[in-house]
Parts: sequence; structure tokens; C-alpha cells
Amino acid sequence: MDYPGRASLGPLDLTVGPREIVAIVGASGAGKSTALRLLAGLEDPAAGTVIRPAEPGRTGFVFQNPTLMPWADARANVALPLELSGVSAVEARRRADDSLAATGLGDRTTARPRQLSGGMAMRVSLARALSVEPDLLLLDEPFAALDSITRRGLIEDLHRLWAARPMAMVFVTHDVEEAAYLAGRVVVLSRADGRAVADIAMPGALPRPEGWRSDPAHREAVEAVAEALARSMELAS
Amino acid sequence: MKRHLIDALPALLLTAVLLAIWEASCRLLHVPVYFLPPPSDVARALVDNGAILAGSALQTFWMALKALIVAALIGGGLAISVSLSRPAERAVAPLAVTLQVTPVVAIAPLVLIWFGLDHADRAVTALAAAIAFFPIFSGVLTGLKSADPDLERLFDLHAASPLQRLWRLRLPSALPFALEGLRVAAGQAVVGAVVAEFVSGSGAAQGLAWRLLEAGNRLRTAELLAALVCLALLGLSLNGATRLIERRLLRDRA
Repeated sequence: MDYPGRASLGPLDLTVGPREIVAIVGASGAGKSTALRLLAGLEDPAAGTVIRPAEPGRTGFVFQNPTLMPWADARANVALPLELSGVSAVEARRRADDSLAATGLGDRTTARPRQLSGGMAMRVSLARALSVEPDLLLLDEPFAALDSITRRGLIEDLHRLWAARPMAMVFVTHDVEEAAYLAGRVVVLSRADGRAVADIAMPGALPRPEGWRSDPAHREAVEAVAEALARSMELAS
Repeated sequence: MKRHLIDALPALLLTAVLLAIWEASCRLLHVPVYFLPPPSDVARALVDNGAILAGSALQTFWMALKALIVAALIGGGLAISVSLSRPAERAVAPLAVTLQVTPVVAIAPLVLIWFGLDHADRAVTALAAAIAFFPIFSGVLTGLKSADPDLERLFDLHAASPLQRLWRLRLPSALPFALEGLRVAAGQAVVGAVVAEFVSGSGAAQGLAWRLLEAGNRLRTAELLAALVCLALLGLSLNGATRLIERRLLRDRA
């Protein structure tokens, strides 16, 4: 299977392996979100092709905001993608409950979005993306609005979920440390034309061992990404 | 309950002060009662004509309610069908705007010819519905297009059918806007009912507007004001009812 895909965004040439976590960093306007939408098939490239997994329904997308339906409870929100793809309501709800339990919200299945904190709402959003058992999980700066403790907790959860069930993950962020910690590979986009100016493999195992944030290898990788990002901005100006 | 009372206190006080000034001025300045009767006379007229006024208020209420239902069905239905196709929206938009900028009450004589020659109450309902139509139509249409763009993308991602999108995303998104439109429309429906009755002038409909006209023609100003008070109460209760519905239906949202 030619999975999960090769995206050509003008000059962008990106291949993501089936169990790979790739982070895309770049300045605002570098086309990170566009790259993600191309991967999702939400937009068509002006030129070139995007090769996606065979099953189009098995793509999960996590947006910058939780993007929940305020009129529906957590369970109904998570069940939505399943129901849209024709899974019976009963089955969809059962799988939604499983998905919520996996993201640590097993006891909040009937909560309305307004009753949830920002972190919990994001977990519901994550559970919704995971409910379709995706082969490809796309995340568009999902934790940017959260405090750093909540954000770290969610990243650990992402690693845990990824380890439990293999899937390709593409994570867009502007936070260099987050990118280096989360991903096995960091792609830096240039602000000028959205070209990938660097493609750096991150050291260490996924999920990260305890205390990895202060490990010299990690610090070094963070520096390497930060430098590449700085260079990408110089190119643009 | 106590909290509500405290919130309402300034408005109640102001009303009391205004009524007191009105009463005092009428008495001290010896204003003729046909010109401006004191509030105590109006209160007496309210009590004396209670049964008739209540009957008329009920009549006006039913006509406004019927108009509201007709407007909601036509306005909401049209907004939904228009939202499903971009060309349809482009075709209808100029007409809708024209309708909006035309003072719809001005079509009253026409409505009377069409519906009212034999049944004045039908003309009243038709005009009230015509006036209530626009707020509902534009509220629903705006609401249908107000869905979170990222949620729209999620529906794209999972290849939702147009019907799924309408039913599960756009209609629920439109609800707050539709209810807001309904509240505005409820007030407008009463305006429409009153104007239509004024224009028909036959008394066949026997609503509150007819009471106003009748009392005015006989220079029974206290009765006229009493009918006006009923009309205000009618408007307030319709407004309150729509607010209540709004709060109920939107309770679970942010």
C-alpha cells in the first residue's frame, strides 16, 4: 500500500510512513494548514498529486479549536464521523464510548461541550478523530490554546494512543520544542513558498522515556529545528 | 424570584413616577378627558370593558399567531430550499432585499382586495404573515450559513450527504438565529395585524385595532388608551413567550 501519502504542494514534496509521526513547523503563512488540508483531501492541489490511503473514511482530523457541536453531548460528538460514514447509531455510540474512554473521558460521555474545560473539549475532539480508527491522523495546531501542563498531558496521551494502535500522524505546530518532542521527524516549511527547507529526524524512542525533555539529545534536536526555522525566515525576508 | 423583583424594581419605579406625573398633570391642568384622560380613568375603562377587550385581544392574538405560523413555515421552508443551491440564493436574494426595503404595511390595501373582501380576518392574517416573513427568512438563512467552517470541513472529510449536512449541522446551527428571527417576527406580526385591521376598517375582524378605531371615533379616549394598554401587554407576552422558547431550546449550549 502506498500509504499514507505523498503531498505535492507546489514545491512541497512530503512522504509519510504508515507508523510515522511527522511534525510540520513553519512561520505563519508558510502553508502548514494548507498542507494538512491537502493531505486530508479537503483541498485539491493546483498541480501534482496527493496519494492517500485506500480507505478515505479512515482519516482523523483535529482542528485548532475543539470544534464540537454545542447542541450535542460528548458521545454524540464523537459518534458523528462514524454515523456519517453509515455505521448504525447503536454501534457508533458504543464505539464513541470506547474512544472517549481511551482519551480519559469515559465518565463524561453525556457532558455538553459548555460543561467541559478547554483541555477536556480537546480530548473529545481527539476522541472524535480516533473514533474512525484512522490510518492517518492529522492535527492542525490542536493544543495551541491550552496551558502548557494540559498540553504536555495531551502529548503523552497522543504517544500512548499511537503506541497502542499504529497510525501515521501529521502534526502542525509553531512550537519547536513541541514538534521535537512529539515527532520522529520534523519538516520545516519556508515562509516564502511553502517549500520544505529542512527534514530532520528526531533522536530517541517514541513514546518518550521519562525526563526526555531535559536529555541533551533532545535539546540538541530542538536547537537544530530552531536553527532551520530561523533560516527559513531569513530566506523569506 | 426575589432577584427578579430587584431587577425589575427600577422599571417599576419609573413607570409609577411617570403615571403619577400624568395623573397629577391631568388634574392640576384640567386637561379635558377626551384629549388626555388620567391613568385612573384608563384603569377604570380597562376594568369596565374587560370582557370586550379580552375578547378582542384574543382575536388579535390568534390572528398574529396564525400569521406567525404561516410566516415560519413559508419563511423557514424557503430559506432552507434557497440555502441548498447557490444559484437559487443568488436568484432570490435581490427579491428578498426588495421585500425588506419596501414598507410591507403599504401592501395592506392590496392584501385586502386579495383576501379580505369576504373575510377580513384572512386579510389581517395574510398581512401580518407578510410582515413577519422577512425576519424569519433572513434569520434562518443567516443561521444556515453560520455553521462553524471547521465543522463543515469535518462533514466534507467524512463525505456527508447534503441531507446529513442539513439535518445534523446546518439546521442545529441555524436554531439560535431562527429563534431570534421568530422573536422579531412575533412583534412584527402584531404590527401587521393592527395595520390590516385599520385598513379594512369594517370591524369584521373585531380585534384590538378595531376597538382603538371605534373608541377614537367616539372620542372615548380612555377606552382607546385601554385598548392600547392591551396591545402593549399582548406584545410583551408574545415577546416573553418567544424568549422562553429560546431559553428552553438553547439551554444546553454555550
